[in-house]
Amino acid sequence: MISYTFRRLLVAIPTLFLLVVTCFYLMHFAPGGPFTSERPIPPAVLANIEARYGLDQPLWKQLWDYLVNIFVYFDFGPSFAYKDRDVNDIISQGFPISLTYGFLSFVVASAVGVSLGVGAAIRHNSWLDYSAVSLGIAAQALPNFIMGPILILTFTLWLGWLPGGGWNGGQWQYLIMPVIALSTSFMGSIARITRSSMLEVLNSNFIRTARAKGLPERQIIWRHAMKPTLLPVISYLGPVFVYVLTGSVFVDIYFSTGGLGQSYVNSALTRDYAVLLGVTILYGALTIIVNLLTDLAYAWFDPKIRY
Amino acid sequence: MTMHTKYSLAALLCSTMLAAPALAGGHIPADVTLAEDQTFTYRQLDEFSSVDPGVVEDVSGSEMVRDLFEGLMSQDADGNLVPGVATHFEANDDNTVYTFTLRDNAKWSNGDPVTAGDFVYAWQRAASPALASPYQWYIELMSIENGSAVIKGDKPLSDLGVKAINDTTLQVTLSAPLPYFPQMVTHGTTFPVHKATIEAHGSDWTKPGNIVSNGAYVLTEHLPNERSVRERNPMYWDDANTTIDKTVALVINDENVALTRFLAGELDRTEIPAGQFPRLKEEYPGVAISFPRLCNYYYTFNLSDSGPEVFKDVRVRKALALAVDRKIITENVLAGGQPQAYTFTPAAVAEFTPPETEMAKMAQAERDAMAKELLAEAGFGPNNPLQFDMIYNTSDGHKKIAVAMTQMWKQKLGVEATLANMEWKVFLETRGNQDFELARGAWCGDYNEASTFLDLLDSESGYNDGKFVNADVDGLLEQAKLSTDASSLYTQVEQIIAEEMPIIPIYHYAGVYMMDSDVGNWPVGNVEQNWYSKDLYKIAE
Repeated sequence: MISYTFRRLLVAIPTLFLLVVTCFYLMHFAPGGPFTSERPIPPAVLANIEARYGLDQPLWKQLWDYLVNIFVYFDFGPSFAYKDRDVNDIISQGFPISLTYGFLSFVVASAVGVSLGVGAAIRHNSWLDYSAVSLGIAAQALPNFIMGPILILTFTLWLGWLPGGGWNGGQWQYLIMPVIALSTSFMGSIARITRSSMLEVLNSNFIRTARAKGLPERQIIWRHAMKPTLLPVISYLGPVFVYVLTGSVFVDIYFSTGGLGQSYVNSALTRDYAVLLGVTILYGALTIIVNLLTDLAYAWFDPKIRY
Repeated sequence: MTMHTKYSLAALLCSTMLAAPALAGGHIPADVTLAEDQTFTYRQLDEFSSVDPGVVEDVSGSEMVRDLFEGLMSQDADGNLVPGVATHFEANDDNTVYTFTLRDNAKWSNGDPVTAGDFVYAWQRAASPALASPYQWYIELMSIENGSAVIKGDKPLSDLGVKAINDTTLQVTLSAPLPYFPQMVTHGTTFPVHKATIEAHGSDWTKPGNIVSNGAYVLTEHLPNERSVRERNPMYWDDANTTIDKTVALVINDENVALTRFLAGELDRTEIPAGQFPRLKEEYPGVAISFPRLCNYYYTFNLSDSGPEVFKDVRVRKALALAVDRKIITENVLAGGQPQAYTFTPAAVAEFTPPETEMAKMAQAERDAMAKELLAEAGFGPNNPLQFDMIYNTSDGHKKIAVAMTQMWKQKLGVEATLANMEWKVFLETRGNQDFELARGAWCGDYNEASTFLDLLDSESGYNDGKFVNADVDGLLEQAKLSTDASSLYTQVEQIIAEEMPIIPIYHYAGVYMMDSDVGNWPVGNVEQNWYSKDLYKIAE
């Protein structure tokens, strides 16, 4: 297992490198640059700017300097659009926010989703099952860009209970709506996956054997059925975890949280090269790590899998 | 001999003469009871680019910079010049040397005095190739002596035409006579910066805690993409007449969310989304407001060699411009009180008289008839419909207008226009490379004078994406630069534009706001919307 982990991490380095190089070239091939604006900048001024940021160098040299700065100084470069801040500032300010509401959304989505799914499967074809399934489908059909307006209209405008957006140091009032908006549709999917997986497991031979042995139902569910039930859920949760952690663009924009998702999209639109690359590296590294953790979790949940 | 102009020169350019310097905060009417909580909260569309006066380039950032720093001159609620750090100025006979006298009680937020040397340092810094500010061009625009050479790096910073004669006297030498120069020093690029702070903190100097500024406010909190807070600077020379204690800018991208949050009482000011003004005005009279702004909205023909041959025929250009029913666009699509446009320059620009163009005087039915005639003359008809592509940058608002225009052309003239939208940077690149046939354009004035618009149609202008070339226009604009009253020249330029029709003017912008009724003294009369928190106040409800 240790050597497997080590090998995976070793492969991660060229993967990340490939990601950076591809992203770097794609970004530079996109029409327009960071200083393309409605007011064309006079050539002398543009020359100064390009010299300051090294944009006058050949592309391979820019890429090389960029990588050297990262590995030697851990400096991800300046932001062209926000001149008071560099990429390290932008990530260190935005990522903790995305992390906070993303992690909470993940916990809410998985806890509620799994409970609903398990409950529905155990009480198969009962009112609980039907309501859980309906709720799951409804939730799944409510992406965050639908949830956002519904939540704001209800809780901010009509009821006046919650602030309509902002972060304010992450006070709980400011967290509720982003977390609900982000977690609802994942919760629905998790509930449905858990339910069908649990139903399948409960019909399998080893559960029948356990029942025949006369084990109490509670023990059957918790000790024997739970682990195999969660296998497909785990493979779904991996990417979801990265998605919610890296911040949802929509939630950031709609609730003005100040999270990283918005900076990411803005950087692509404004051709803020260093910010775009920096956040891509962060997202890429997170994806690689979480995928590894998911694979390791498989081994724990399924004794048949060994590395 | 030096001419003592003080404000008379500025008044030439301003719509109203400044009788006496208005004191900030001194204009709260006697019958107003001030609210206990003097916090002004407004919606900011985007995260600001910077609050460093030397590099700031966007509207959001400029609004903050005007509160945090104070330049030589400021503007009042009507856009007239009022003293800032400078109490008055003098110009020589040909307007090439300006001498500003600075007040001796102006202080930085750390207590240091604001001196002429701070301005010299700030202007040299803004022009320096090392800072590489995208607003270096503003130094060139101000025609400061040796500005271009300093920016290119051909001359040292010390050669820039700005000198501190002593701590309270600043002398600026220009390479060309510029009667509206005093107007230009209300712009953020010309504001002073605190040298010791910049040297101590480097690029981190604008962060809350580090920043030292000379305006009525200091930056105390900033969470990017979420909020920024500026609070009273007790060291400000006119702090006694300042009323608002705290100004909070909340970044809200989505205008509908912003409106909801305004209605929930979280904001004192926000923009009204297109089309909602009539309803809101009825529901919230006095709160939903609309007033003219210094921006235009137009479509430009590609008249360069790469443009289509058909657009080189003025009859075609005129026909298309005539058939656009601006009333439908301003009243039904935008519905925010925007004026219809028949000239490139908005009528709200100071000292600008729009010409009485033929098109403006006609009824729409007459325009349509004339358009049909012109297009037939040019050889287009049902069997040979005019076809072209038009581009705009991706946005719901632009799309609505573009669709409306193509429908009007199709129904009235049988014209087949193909629409294409592009992401902003791709759009700018495409338009800038003359890789289009008809393209959307919009421009907001940098200062309140017609040349800020009309310069776009100068054949040498870098902004002239349609490559309109007209020697008469170039000549008139050249003449206007040297004239102290260029008003009639600008009218003549507009007359030529109306005849040649290199662009299709659609509408001029309006500021369409929800403004809480407890906000006092919002400068609706300032068409540039250069507002200062220190001039506002909150009324007790």
